[in-house]
Amino acid sequence: MTKTNSKTTKYQYQEYADIDTGYQALRWHEPVIYELSRKGSRNEIIPNAEKEIQVKVGDITKKIPKKICRKTPAALPELSEPEVMRHYLRLSQETFGYDSGVNIGLGTCTMKYSPKLNDQLAKLPSIAYLHPLQPEETFQGLLEIMYDLRTWLCELSGMDEFSFLPRGGGHSVYTNACIMRAYHRANGNLHKNEVITCAVSHPCNAGCPSTAGFKVIELHPNKNTGDIGLDQLEAVVSDRTAGLFLTAPYDTGVFDSQLGEYAKLIHSYGGLVALDQANFNGVMTRMRAGDIGADLMHFNLHKTFSTPHGSAGPGAGAIGVKKELREYLPAPLLEFDGSQYHLNYNLPKTIGKTGVFYGVIINVLKAYAWIMSMGEQGLREASEWAVINNNYLIKKMLEVRGVDIAWPNRRKLQEARFHLQKMKEETGIGSAEVNLRIADFGIQTFFESHEPVIIPEPVTPEASEAASKEDLDRFVEAFHQISKEAYSNPEIIRTAPHHCTIHQTNLEPLLDSKRTKVTWRAYQKRGLS
Amino acid sequence: MNPGERKKKLGLIVNPLAGIGGRVGLKGSDGIETVKKAFAMGAEIISPQRAMETLQDIYPFKDEFDLFTYPKGMGEDEAKACGFSPIVLGEIVPDQTSAEDTKSAARKMVDLEIDLILFVGGDGTARDIYEAIGDKATVLGIPSGVKIHSSVYAVNPHRASELIKMFLKGSAPVREMEVMDIDEDLFRKGQVSARLYGYLQVPHEKGLIQSAKSASLGAGNNRTIAEAVVDGMNDDYYILGPGTTVKAIGDELKIEKTLLGVDVIYRKQLIGKDLNEQQLLGLIEGKNAKIVVTIIGGQGYIFGRGNQQISPRVIRKVGKQNLIVIATKNKLLSLKGPLLVDTGDSECDNYLSGYIRVITGYNEESVWKIEC
Ligand SMILES: Cc1ncc(COP(=O)(O)O)c(C=O)c1O
Repeated sequence: MTKTNSKTTKYQYQEYADIDTGYQALRWHEPVIYELSRKGSRNEIIPNAEKEIQVKVGDITKKIPKKICRKTPAALPELSEPEVMRHYLRLSQETFGYDSGVNIGLGTCTMKYSPKLNDQLAKLPSIAYLHPLQPEETFQGLLEIMYDLRTWLCELSGMDEFSFLPRGGGHSVYTNACIMRAYHRANGNLHKNEVITCAVSHPCNAGCPSTAGFKVIELHPNKNTGDIGLDQLEAVVSDRTAGLFLTAPYDTGVFDSQLGEYAKLIHSYGGLVALDQANFNGVMTRMRAGDIGADLMHFNLHKTFSTPHGSAGPGAGAIGVKKELREYLPAPLLEFDGSQYHLNYNLPKTIGKTGVFYGVIINVLKAYAWIMSMGEQGLREASEWAVINNNYLIKKMLEVRGVDIAWPNRRKLQEARFHLQKMKEETGIGSAEVNLRIADFGIQTFFESHEPVIIPEPVTPEASEAASKEDLDRFVEAFHQISKEAYSNPEIIRTAPHHCTIHQTNLEPLLDSKRTKVTWRAYQKRGLS
Repeated sequence: MNPGERKKKLGLIVNPLAGIGGRVGLKGSDGIETVKKAFAMGAEIISPQRAMETLQDIYPFKDEFDLFTYPKGMGEDEAKACGFSPIVLGEIVPDQTSAEDTKSAARKMVDLEIDLILFVGGDGTARDIYEAIGDKATVLGIPSGVKIHSSVYAVNPHRASELIKMFLKGSAPVREMEVMDIDEDLFRKGQVSARLYGYLQVPHEKGLIQSAKSASLGAGNNRTIAEAVVDGMNDDYYILGPGTTVKAIGDELKIEKTLLGVDVIYRKQLIGKDLNEQQLLGLIEGKNAKIVVTIIGGQGYIFGRGNQQISPRVIRKVGKQNLIVIATKNKLLSLKGPLLVDTGDSECDNYLSGYIRVITGYNEESVWKIEC
């Protein structure tokens, strides 16, 4: 059995660990479950079925097709039930999330609190036991929910049709790029092969059109306004322009004031406009992509609409298009004939199937439940709180020594890009270092920036409407303390975290896929190299 | 340090005279006459101070490396003043050091397989290092001279310390950076004329953070940029500027593009090497031509530094619409400001100003503003 960290050795930086941060994570030194295995350990054995049933059913193992039967037993670890329970409970205690600490760091992710009620609805057995291959007339209720959500999202976005087929934000942008490609091809415009985007849009707005075969031209925000500016767009738009892909608001929290003008310009060259509203939180019910000229757009249901981004379940993108593009959407489309809901696969111009079945249903249900519980007025208020919370955070953060903000004179919506260039210059401590230390305060590490990193030493938190004033104050307080440490004893920060489940780890090998062993078997075969 | 890994070797070369001209209003300090004049005007030596700022920062890590240096004011004094016990190489005549001493120090350090050679000085010092060792070792400049055009220097001594620490940890990748210098005689008369002398291997901070959320940029490299240019080529004459980014086009076409000169290719064949303005004008007379240039790392110049052969007359003849600028995204992102032009002809500079698409990879362009 591999030795875990010996508990008797003194922690190298104990004096730093003694500094009070108001937080100490559990530390279990829990081995990998295979290391806990003991031959012969087991759970209680499930009793055999009654004779009568056995006779009726026969040997069910015979019913499993030969070719999918394994020849040797699976190499599973052998443990008793309480050992298994203890193991996984401990691991769960070493995680960190909204339910265990302050979670306002992950800007552009909208990691806001998701009401448990919505989770419960999505978990209902009546949903869980549905099979996607059932005939559509047997799950009309679910289709009705999907159709209603589609209608509400049309209303919120000003678009004419929605599809829930993409599995995430990046997948949505890719799907939109494919629709754009299909549209230009159908119109015989094969020369339209250039997509314009900008460096403060999520990078999938560059990456996905590129994957779809477009040449990608990346603009940069004006250093004073944070907008890309009509003059810059005019300098690159041409007959070859297929379309514009922008995130709105930008990752910097700036809402480009000339989006409508850009759309007009792009349309005048026969191009299409695709807006990425993965993060819709700051503008809900206050602007509609369709109204300012977007032809395609998407929401991340797993951000704004009651599923947190990442780790808490699957993602789900919802793409919206204007009616001219409806026929290119992936199949199937949801339709209602006045009495029945249908899944329409008969779409001659569709870009095809982009995923199995009809989308990620549990996210659709959570989004439906959330919108239902909020109502239009509730959504409006939530976006207001998201913006107010962020602007409170900005005001407080700028009082911290060494913290500045990009585009200081520009109003920010739901998030903002701070930076620590001065702190880095004066103390050697920048955003990467601070990020390791902030975890010591029971605060989720913050998002730095998407690539390309045009603002060095970036910090991009996002309060969202769910953060309390106490949470915001705690975040800022931690920054004050860390800044003091940077200016007095930066070693505390360089060697952090001291209060977390694990201390600093060398992540470098993880980036090298050849050295990473993701299964026990691979580890057994090749060891750690 | 992992067991089995050998202790790192750090070298230190201080040019004790670097930067003294500036304080008394002389631009630069190359040439014995200038140095004498500077001293006569009461110049103070500043490079030891700069060296010590870095040495103090890295003192806490002194057990992780052995420090090699040159005698007296070329590093020994500074190292000892900061508490180091350096291994001292070579011999010098104190107060009468010259470029030759810098060069022999660098050569000795290459022989000793020093992992990172730090040098304190200005553009002249960088040139000396380049002449002595080229790309045979990894080096890093600590800026002391008044005028620095070379990209081989850290922004300041403290940033240099950060880079050294990262380098020791193995987390600062090495890339080629420009050694530039201007003609000091002309400069003192108020004329700027910078030349590209070559490239040194310099560690750099990964500008692009690898946060959990952002995947690797997978940005274009010189090779994919060259492929993009070559695939877009037609029957025009292509004037290729200096630098490794442009040289990769030659590699892609399997022709011998000069690294530091301006060459011309036509139908993918080299038809002129290391040409001057007149030769360029002669070759493109009455022809359609294009210019391919890259930017000077850290500075952003696309014309007027290291490629004066592509003069305002050549630029006008070719036309702005036929200008192809190429650079990796990393190079662009490490710039502090916009792209710059300084052709010596303000009308031409104005003509070039505005937004331009820079090719950063295959099917990948980035729009930047040219200012003058
Ligand atoms: C603005 C924006 N667009 C798109 C995405 C991509 O979403 P996903 O991570 O679901 O692919 C994100 C989130 O990371 C985002 O912030």
